[in-house]
Amino acid sequence: MSVWNKQRREEETSAPFTGNSLRPAPQALPVEIKKETTTLSNMSSMTVGRTEVDGARGGSASIGKAVKIVGQITSREDLYVDGDVEGSLELLEHKLTIGPNGNIRAGVKAREVVALGAIQGNVEATDRIEIRKDAKLVGDIKTARIVIEDGAYFKGSIDIVKTEPKGVPAVPIPPRHQAAAATPMAAPVPIQAGAAEVKR
Amino acid sequence: MLSDRLKSILRGPSPPRAVGPPETDLGRLLAVRPGKNEMLRTRTSRGLEQFVAGFRDLPGLAILDLGGANQENVNFITSLGHKFYSEDFLRIFQEIFAGDLADQSNPSRIDYFLGQVLDYPDEQFDGVLAWDLLEYMEPALLSATIDRLARILKPKGYLLAFFHADERLDSVPCYSFRIENVRNLQVFEYGKRAPSHLFNNRRLEKLFLKFESVKFFLTRESLREVIVRK
Repeated sequence: MSVWNKQRREEETSAPFTGNSLRPAPQALPVEIKKETTTLSNMSSMTVGRTEVDGARGGSASIGKAVKIVGQITSREDLYVDGDVEGSLELLEHKLTIGPNGNIRAGVKAREVVALGAIQGNVEATDRIEIRKDAKLVGDIKTARIVIEDGAYFKGSIDIVKTEPKGVPAVPIPPRHQAAAATPMAAPVPIQAGAAEVKR
Repeated sequence: MLSDRLKSILRGPSPPRAVGPPETDLGRLLAVRPGKNEMLRTRTSRGLEQFVAGFRDLPGLAILDLGGANQENVNFITSLGHKFYSEDFLRIFQEIFAGDLADQSNPSRIDYFLGQVLDYPDEQFDGVLAWDLLEYMEPALLSATIDRLARILKPKGYLLAFFHADERLDSVPCYSFRIENVRNLQVFEYGKRAPSHLFNNRRLEKLFLKFESVKFFLTRESLREVIVRK
């Protein structure tokens, strides 16, 4: 049983009744935290955070906004993070959603990443990444597809990695930097009348 | 030319432009940076065309966009097989200088700014899209920024920048640009600001003295599109 799932059970018994908090507890949460420090505080805030995000995450594991985790997180199901995570996050076949209060200082690997909060670290999303309005991402992205909403802040690089269709053997491609270094940039096409050029 | 006019007739009247005195608070301008639905127009860009022609058949290059990431520019650059780098130059500029013009000649502030926004190894990039962002800076900061840009560009790399050409203006529009295709830019206008200084050809040549060549293209809205090659 994961740490936050345990907390959720405790909350459900102690939190005041609201329609949103009525949710069956998941059977098992195959999410593991590998060691380090886990700080849980302000349980009432945690309940509020969870209630706010219920509709958005539909049954995935979650880390509430009052939770801070330092360490390595791996998950075999979708994960919603609205708290602080420092270290690394791996959900290789699953979707990671960073909620609006989420603050990630970690390397991230997932099938799909949706960012509404802040990420500082490199992100590998094998399928796609969405950086929503008001999200902040500082780091390098490697993904097959990317969606950036207006208003999002992004500092870093984007490397689009084309996924090979299944069943087709991969053709070796020479390293990009070698190809680029071997061939100088082509000179621009001569320009039309009206343009001025100064050469030194 | 004719097709552009036809397009503008078919599109109907342009949305109202910002009027009144120029906005001096860059933070307020940034807060109203437009979204997709507020496009002013699409126009051809000879500068962009030349910029892209410089690396069209060479996938895997590194292109830095100083205008902050937007979907269109990311799609365009990555669809050519290049690696896209993004910096929200104006936002950092605003955060660090916050309208204090005097601070733009303070060497330690300049270093800090460049460390935040252009902290890259020498000769990292094959191309830099600076849009009209260099126009916001006072001479000392501008000069240091151009020096840094020259350092991080590879030899034969290109820089694309826009400057207002009309020297009689007491306010200039704030634009943001998105790449529609190899020839066309979507132009967004989100207010007016006082020009920090205006650039004629001679001044631009001096500004980019460290570069191998400078080309100018004058657009209909009195913008000088400048493409420089290191």
